Amino acid sequence: MGLLSRKVTCNSHGQDSSYFLGWQEYEKNPYHEVNNPQGIIQMGLAENQLSFDLPESWLAKNADAAGFKRDGQSIFKELALFQDYHGLPAFKKALVDFMAEIRGNKVTFDPNHIVLTAGATSANETLMFCLAEQGDAFLLPTPYYPGFDRDLKWRTGVEIVPIQCTSSNRFQITAPALEEAYQQAQRKNLRVKGVLVTNPSNPLGTTMRRDELDLLINFITDKEIHLISDEIYSGTVFSSPGFVSIMEVLKDRSLEQTPVWERVHIVYSLSKDLGLPGFRVGAIYSNDPIVVAAATKMSSFGLVSSQTQYLLSAMLSDKKFTKEYMAKNHKRLQKQQSKLVSGLEKAGIGCLESNAGLFCWVDMRHLLSSNTFEAEMELWKRIVYDVKLNISPGSSCHCSEPGWFRVCFSNISEDTLKLAMQRLKSFVDSIAINDQSHQELKNSRKKFRTKWVFRLSFQSFHDREQDER
Amino acid sequence: MVAMSKIATGNGHGENSPYFDGWKAYETNPFHPTERPEGVIQMGLAENQLCFNLIKNWLIKHPEASLCTPQGVNKFKETALFQDYHGMPEFRQAVAKFMGKVRGDRVKFDPDRIVMSGGATGAHEMVAFCLADPGEAFLVPTPYYPGFDRDLKWRTGVELVPVNCESYNNFKITRNALEAAYVKAQEANLRVKGLLITNPSNPLGTILDRDTLKSMVRFINDKNIHLIGDEIYAATVFMEPEFVSISEIIEEEDVECNRDLIHIVYSLSKDMGFPGFRVGIVYSYNDSVVSCARKMSSFGLVSSQTQHLIASMLSDGEFVDNFITENKELLFKRHKYFTWSLSQVGIGCLKGNSGLFIWMDLRKLLKEKTFAAEMELWRVIINEVKLNVSPGSSFHCEEPGWFRVCFANMDDHTMKVALLRIRTFVLKNNEAMVPLKLCRPSSLKLSLSRSLSRRMEAPGIMSPHSPLPQSPLVRART
Repeated sequence: MGLLSRKVTCNSHGQDSSYFLGWQEYEKNPYHEVNNPQGIIQMGLAENQLSFDLPESWLAKNADAAGFKRDGQSIFKELALFQDYHGLPAFKKALVDFMAEIRGNKVTFDPNHIVLTAGATSANETLMFCLAEQGDAFLLPTPYYPGFDRDLKWRTGVEIVPIQCTSSNRFQITAPALEEAYQQAQRKNLRVKGVLVTNPSNPLGTTMRRDELDLLINFITDKEIHLISDEIYSGTVFSSPGFVSIMEVLKDRSLEQTPVWERVHIVYSLSKDLGLPGFRVGAIYSNDPIVVAAATKMSSFGLVSSQTQYLLSAMLSDKKFTKEYMAKNHKRLQKQQSKLVSGLEKAGIGCLESNAGLFCWVDMRHLLSSNTFEAEMELWKRIVYDVKLNISPGSSCHCSEPGWFRVCFSNISEDTLKLAMQRLKSFVDSIAINDQSHQELKNSRKKFRTKWVFRLSFQSFHDREQDER
Repeated sequence: MVAMSKIATGNGHGENSPYFDGWKAYETNPFHPTERPEGVIQMGLAENQLCFNLIKNWLIKHPEASLCTPQGVNKFKETALFQDYHGMPEFRQAVAKFMGKVRGDRVKFDPDRIVMSGGATGAHEMVAFCLADPGEAFLVPTPYYPGFDRDLKWRTGVELVPVNCESYNNFKITRNALEAAYVKAQEANLRVKGLLITNPSNPLGTILDRDTLKSMVRFINDKNIHLIGDEIYAATVFMEPEFVSISEIIEEEDVECNRDLIHIVYSLSKDMGFPGFRVGIVYSYNDSVVSCARKMSSFGLVSSQTQHLIASMLSDGEFVDNFITENKELLFKRHKYFTWSLSQVGIGCLKGNSGLFIWMDLRKLLKEKTFAAEMELWRVIINEVKLNVSPGSSFHCEEPGWFRVCFANMDDHTMKVALLRIRTFVLKNNEAMVPLKLCRPSSLKLSLSRSLSRRMEAPGIMSPHSPLPQSPLVRART
């Protein structure tokens, strides 16, 4: 039209990606145990639905704190009027304490350095607006959350340059990969402003190791750039190794008084750790007071509803609740994840060994007709339309190798998960039967790959079985 | 060390203006009836605090509207999980219904065109991102809400070009003024993408008449540019003439309009007094804009907990009808008392019928007809009279001497204290006074349903000023 902005007419909102198309198919034909047992099972949504009974029973016991009342007096008016972008002090305090608790209290956070935003979606975009502009780029390790293409690039004009990670070393970030990404940005005439990592990783479901974090710190120190650590899954780490926060590493290396300290920023949210995506609670934590000041002003465009701040400040200040929640939630996540892993195994499918997140990074390379992304799309379509499972293809996460899929496990019941695995097994069995002519070739490839992958996931499966007992 | 962005390090947030002084003064010494009776009274904050009792009573009778009560907790899980950027259907339906009722049910709003945003602040930025590219411009009639400089320009790179309005004709927006602004933009090599109007007006407290609205619609159609109507004060029209929304104008037979150019920004912050809940709405007649804005709303969705509360409240037709009526009555009474008391000491203001503030005329108290004099008078009033109000220059007013004074954000006692202080100050400076006709409070027309005859002061009376700036800084909306 020319009448609207370029943002309307371009595709940078990222919604034409397959990640969202799968959702659309699901919405047309959603599985329901009773009403639509043949429908599509949603395994593309990273939601935690396993632990709602815990906040519900907390609410039942704490009506006063939750119901617009303080000491029996209505504070509705006070809340309705509270629009200060500095946020409710009690909520910020409760939030930073919660964040510290998740990190085993090895680090503490200052409530004056936290900025509240409408979800992590808004936090990530706001950080981009603060740290970068058109012509700048951030480096992101692949595979990464598809929403970053919208959140980091769409309205900001900032570019993403991928740091290619591969299955050869479990998709860990390496020094050469970092350097290569940096060079690539320069060749594109983009000024690199920083690195953004998700730790624990979406879609991998793994936590970053200390040596990886050290590598990152060395890299951003050397290049004098920022590091954003999106830690929205930090509370979902359900087995070892535990979570090591970037702040912990900075502290251990005594870097608090050095310039790099102020170039590290954390993004947080309660959408994954507490399972409350609807409440739109996100946060930016920065050691740089200038970033905090700028982000605070920008948060006007997406503040957290005062009634939500109030409810959650009461809930999170209850340490008994948070402790119980974390313990039970972890156990449930672990149990459900291992059911997924064993179900996949029965279908002859392996996955990356994971210790966090609400999903597994599943290896279906052996099911591809060829080692291409077209074949991956072909396989994906069959899984969505024929097997009736909505899972996310690795290409939507910018994975450099075809054949990987993200499969979520915490947004469905145990029974639904079981059904999903049965469907998958039938599908895989049917491929085996139909593919007579390629059997030999496939078998040899399959043996080689799955042997390696099986070893990882099978071993960890055994370890977990022992723990649970 | 690599720098932050220009956006972050520049002044586009608009908070470095000298008007911060008023807020600083307030914050270091806020008025309290018993603890700090000599403190600064906040009259720079356009909040509606008059209707809370009505709302509280409704909440008590409807515990299911809160997720935290035994009656509401069964909705906790599904609400906590609901992050669909389409918004809850019941929320959209309730808001659409409310918007219709506020306009006397003369128009209907389609719930599928309701898009959420982070308050009207988020809505304006979102609309700017949808309609314009960096370097393009919107025309905005002066005086206008200072926050627009941040909301429309800061991160978007869009420019604002003022449409000059003057007191001689009560700040009416004329076709000539629109054309002049358009030409000015072109001369500055700015491509004009739209016209933004606030109706009812902040800071004037007046509504646009039918003819002006039609003239604007003709203007934007002629130029093929957008019309954005900020109608966040729609339910605060407490006196005749009746509010006319853009949504009504485009339905009129003698109006030819390309609907793809029409967009409304709404919010519950002023009409209901809920700024903390961050309920902003973009309502567009353009399908592409609805679609794009909806995707952008991901950056500022309304908390599902709040959607649930608002859906419950606003689908109660009886409550809504009562609220709209009572809100008008309380605002009318407060406005009447306030303006009458001011007139008693010779202070006049623009004749207004809406909003949460008056546009006070203190030109006669200026030492000279300059903005420097306005600032000087303003500082006197913060420091001596101890009232924080907003100087016209912060609203880009073309003429010095005007001030916006808010009246709905305080209780009766505080208002009386404020009026007493003004009275004392004026009497001290009474050589600048001009005696005015007295007005009888009882003779004012209350609302459309009443038929009392009305005798107001002479139209558009203005008088000398007390400059009181408002600092938009810390609290989001002014």
